[in-house]
Amino acid sequence: MQTLPRRLGVAVIVAVIVVLASIKLDAFRDYQIAEIAVEVTAVAGLTLLTGLSGQISLGNGAFMAIGGYTAALLLMHLNWPFVAVLVLAAAVAAASGGVVGAAAARLRGPYLAGATLMLGVALPSLAYAYPGLLGGDQGLNVAFTTPGFLGATFPLTRWQAWVSAAVALITLVLLANLYYSRIGRNWRAVRDDEVAAALDGVNVAAARILAFVVSAACAGLAGALLAIVTGLVAPGAFTITLSIALLTAAAIGGLGSLPGALWGSLVIVLVPTYVTDVATSNGLSSSVGSNIPVAAYGVVLILVMLVFPQGIQGGLRRILALFTGPDPKTQKPVRPRTDKEGIS
Amino acid sequence: MTRPIRLRWQAAAIMTVAALTVAACSSSSSSGSTPASGSSTGALTASAPGITSTQILIGSHQPLTGPAAPGYDEIAPASAAYFSYVNAHGGVYGRKIVYKYINDGYDPTTTASVVRQLVLQDNVYALFDGLGTPTHLAAVQFLNSEKVPDVFVASGCECWNEPTTYPETFGWQIDYVREGKILGQYVKQHFAGKKVGFFYQDDEFGLDGVKGLDDEIPASMIASKQSYVDTNVNIAPQVAALRASGAQVIVSFSIPAFTALLKLNTLKLGFSPTLVVSNVGSDPITLSGLLESFAKQGGATVNGNALTNGMITDEYLPALSTSDSWYVLLKKVHDQYDPKAPLDGNVFYGMAVAYTFVQAMLKAGRNPTRASLLSAIEAGLPQGPMVSQFAYAAGNHAGATGAYIGIINNGVVTQQGPVLVTDTSASGAITTYTGTEQQAPASGIPSP
Amino acid sequence: MVEFLQFTLSGIVFGMIYAAVALSLVLIWRGTRLLNYAQGGMAMFTTYVAIEVIHHTGSYWAGFAVALAAGVVLGAACQLTVIRPTMNKPPLNAVIVTIGLLTLLEGLAGIFYGGQYRSFPAAFSITGLKIGTTPLGVSRFDVFVAVAVLVTTLVLAAAFKYTNAGLRMRAAAFNTTIARLSGIRVARVLTVGWALAGLIGALAGVLVSPSTFLYPNSMDTIFVFGFTAAVIGGLDSPAGAVVGGLLLGVVLSYVAGYLGSKGSDLTSLVALAILVVVLMIRPGGLFSAARMRQV
Repeated sequence: MQTLPRRLGVAVIVAVIVVLASIKLDAFRDYQIAEIAVEVTAVAGLTLLTGLSGQISLGNGAFMAIGGYTAALLLMHLNWPFVAVLVLAAAVAAASGGVVGAAAARLRGPYLAGATLMLGVALPSLAYAYPGLLGGDQGLNVAFTTPGFLGATFPLTRWQAWVSAAVALITLVLLANLYYSRIGRNWRAVRDDEVAAALDGVNVAAARILAFVVSAACAGLAGALLAIVTGLVAPGAFTITLSIALLTAAAIGGLGSLPGALWGSLVIVLVPTYVTDVATSNGLSSSVGSNIPVAAYGVVLILVMLVFPQGIQGGLRRILALFTGPDPKTQKPVRPRTDKEGIS
Repeated sequence: MTRPIRLRWQAAAIMTVAALTVAACSSSSSSGSTPASGSSTGALTASAPGITSTQILIGSHQPLTGPAAPGYDEIAPASAAYFSYVNAHGGVYGRKIVYKYINDGYDPTTTASVVRQLVLQDNVYALFDGLGTPTHLAAVQFLNSEKVPDVFVASGCECWNEPTTYPETFGWQIDYVREGKILGQYVKQHFAGKKVGFFYQDDEFGLDGVKGLDDEIPASMIASKQSYVDTNVNIAPQVAALRASGAQVIVSFSIPAFTALLKLNTLKLGFSPTLVVSNVGSDPITLSGLLESFAKQGGATVNGNALTNGMITDEYLPALSTSDSWYVLLKKVHDQYDPKAPLDGNVFYGMAVAYTFVQAMLKAGRNPTRASLLSAIEAGLPQGPMVSQFAYAAGNHAGATGAYIGIINNGVVTQQGPVLVTDTSASGAITTYTGTEQQAPASGIPSP
Repeated sequence: MVEFLQFTLSGIVFGMIYAAVALSLVLIWRGTRLLNYAQGGMAMFTTYVAIEVIHHTGSYWAGFAVALAAGVVLGAACQLTVIRPTMNKPPLNAVIVTIGLLTLLEGLAGIFYGGQYRSFPAAFSITGLKIGTTPLGVSRFDVFVAVAVLVTTLVLAAAFKYTNAGLRMRAAAFNTTIARLSGIRVARVLTVGWALAGLIGALAGVLVSPSTFLYPNSMDTIFVFGFTAAVIGGLDSPAGAVVGGLLLGVVLSYVAGYLGSKGSDLTSLVALAILVVVLMIRPGGLFSAARMRQV
């Protein structure tokens, strides 16, 4: 997707498909479209951070929380139009991403993982420490209604699906621009060999921090979307489980790949629901029946990573390559494991 | 460069196929059946969404897995067990109650999704017993805007009693402020002159409880207030701080695991304050299960009951003793329909709230609508297994109004004194309940 | 003053538990250069096995021994089945696989053993020790916990440094190709490393479960703090794991004790602050080896 007109073209086509689907499908499916779009927005930023610039983050849920609470506070106290709220939420999250990126600039591998993990765990507890402003464990309610020009009978879930999908598509187009720009190339250079990149004139620290800023902005935007889609921001919605789910989605979809963000989001939104439906319809005893989906989800994660080491997008590439022959431009050389520390 | 375009087209095509597959697999939402007011006898009609001539479909969101699941995951199966019992004995006007509860893992984002699935896809008649304060707050706006009855929320937050903002929503259990007031008055009267420490969960449950306690216990008696979060089991520092403050009585708004930890930590510190515990964290059977390993260590006693003796608590349901008619009914239903579960406070809760729901459905009419359910509750419901009356009225959606003080002895709560009722305001008086406890009906099913 | 002593001692005890988890993470890192996100879940699972044995035989030590054995088996089994295939793939794949493993273990525990809280016995008395009439806030069991973790750390550190097996393990992680050329059976060494980590994790599980009660998610928070302790101390150093654990345990104990009702909210924020401060000064943890200077 190497030129802007092509990207925009695909985005428009996808937008049309989403609009048609949202009208044909029932209200709950529209809600799921909105949920998926929220995840795609967050996962896309994370997949660039981890896949393209090589920095693992186990705490992007914290940036989603920042974006979500910013949006909730703005809507509650200042009543701005929601587009302005989304932009500002992304900006605040981006700023915090800059702070985190700067603090983490010298960290690598598991040390970065540990720091971001603790960030993901600790940040939501601010809501408990400042219950007056941030609502404590009950959180803050967010009111979001369909705009007047759509008429009184327009379903709210469809409007939520449109807004979320639009934001997700815009984010994907912007991120695709970054991916193919000099910034994206710098990120890849820094990921593959910092010393060589530095020798080449790349400002390593700045590139790494910028990656954090971008991924935090995406996560903050997603968090603001989550606030208007679910109607509530509360610490229980931004636990470490969320951060882990985002990373899982990025890896399963294909690390560093934007279509991969979509595949991964589909997996983490749809698979648990599907497996739960299958389990309950079989009438098993409660504790067995409710834990089978948990175990099954674990098996799915393991199998996908083992069968598709490059994620679903990588797997799709391989399948397509079987039909169309290998493409020298997309082949990655197999790097032997050196004594450098891995991302884990 | 044609390769990348083809790849992207294929990606878009795959996505379209996926979307259409999802559409094909999804059950299309059927619009609600035409509401019709049924006649008092005769045909059962599909009078509301979720109601057919043979069944009533209700839904719930419950934490069945995850850190909040232990204990609370017993409630929904217990309610389902009672509904099975009712269904086997004729149902509600001949309709069977079908109870679909979905796991939300105590995550509000999942709750929002699950509740929309129940309302938009499954077309439930009502949402029953949604569990958890932060979780249900993610559902309450949606339920009210969709005009779905949201009955008997499983949480003691005052937030469910908002008839103007949330006309569809009703509480059931006694709220935490009332509990705090009732416990606080007992402490003020029976431990005058002693030092009191508070130990509370740092969320709305504990904070509301402390609010009630502060309404009753004079500040001069309060030596220390320590809080905990349920993700950190190391409460030794807080207990040490309570001991250092000289507290001789500790009032605890804690969940069972942390009540048990509180007890264990006081043992470790060689400190024996009187423990006054909120109903949420005082079920003797749950506590003795948690403490049993330590009772064995500590001496010759075989079960954990020794470690709960003397604990003071408040109860809004009858004690689980064989002499109580509700316990007999509970045991009958449990042994037949939910035998693997322990016969503890959570199971009793599940059945009691299901009983109240059946009472409400019987009052809602032979061919109920969503509106008739709301009016039925607002007209007032009989107290059923509750020890006090419900507050339900046109302008009041709160549930139980009172509780009695009990002391745990040998794993059973023994009532001390009368049932006390009050309200949630700081100055509202605490009075003795003038009504009497109802006996369980012989058939186990409420009369219409 | 008495409270200070009580806070410190109880902080040390919990710190040792974090250190035990940290130790198993260090072991896997040093041995295989991987992050085992399922470490807490494995410990939880082996503790369930222990409690079943204890119920059926009535003997605590039988359960203890079986838990350790189960840890060895579980660790080796995980490495052989799901970790080995990730060996030459991007390192993040192994992390995701361990996340999947954690989810699977929590689900299986719920299926086999139910989701209820289970009471887990302590090896020794839990009534508090006293000096004169002053309670110290720790019990005989707590002393056992601290000693057990300390002994394990010393044995592990010594094994890495002074035995051939430890040398082989470090070599296999450092550079698998050269290790193979030196005649080391790398595959076997990696499996042994995971088996040992499983053993230590199982030990952590039985030591902490009396305080957390046992349920499928009981080790989640302990794992997070254990991981933090490992990072603070430096993932290559067993001694660092203990120092990191103690630092974390003691400081968090003071925060909870002295800050009253605000303290419990601030616990994880303070842990984050400690982590950030340590990593800003030494990005590889407190006991990290000096790095080569980059030119």
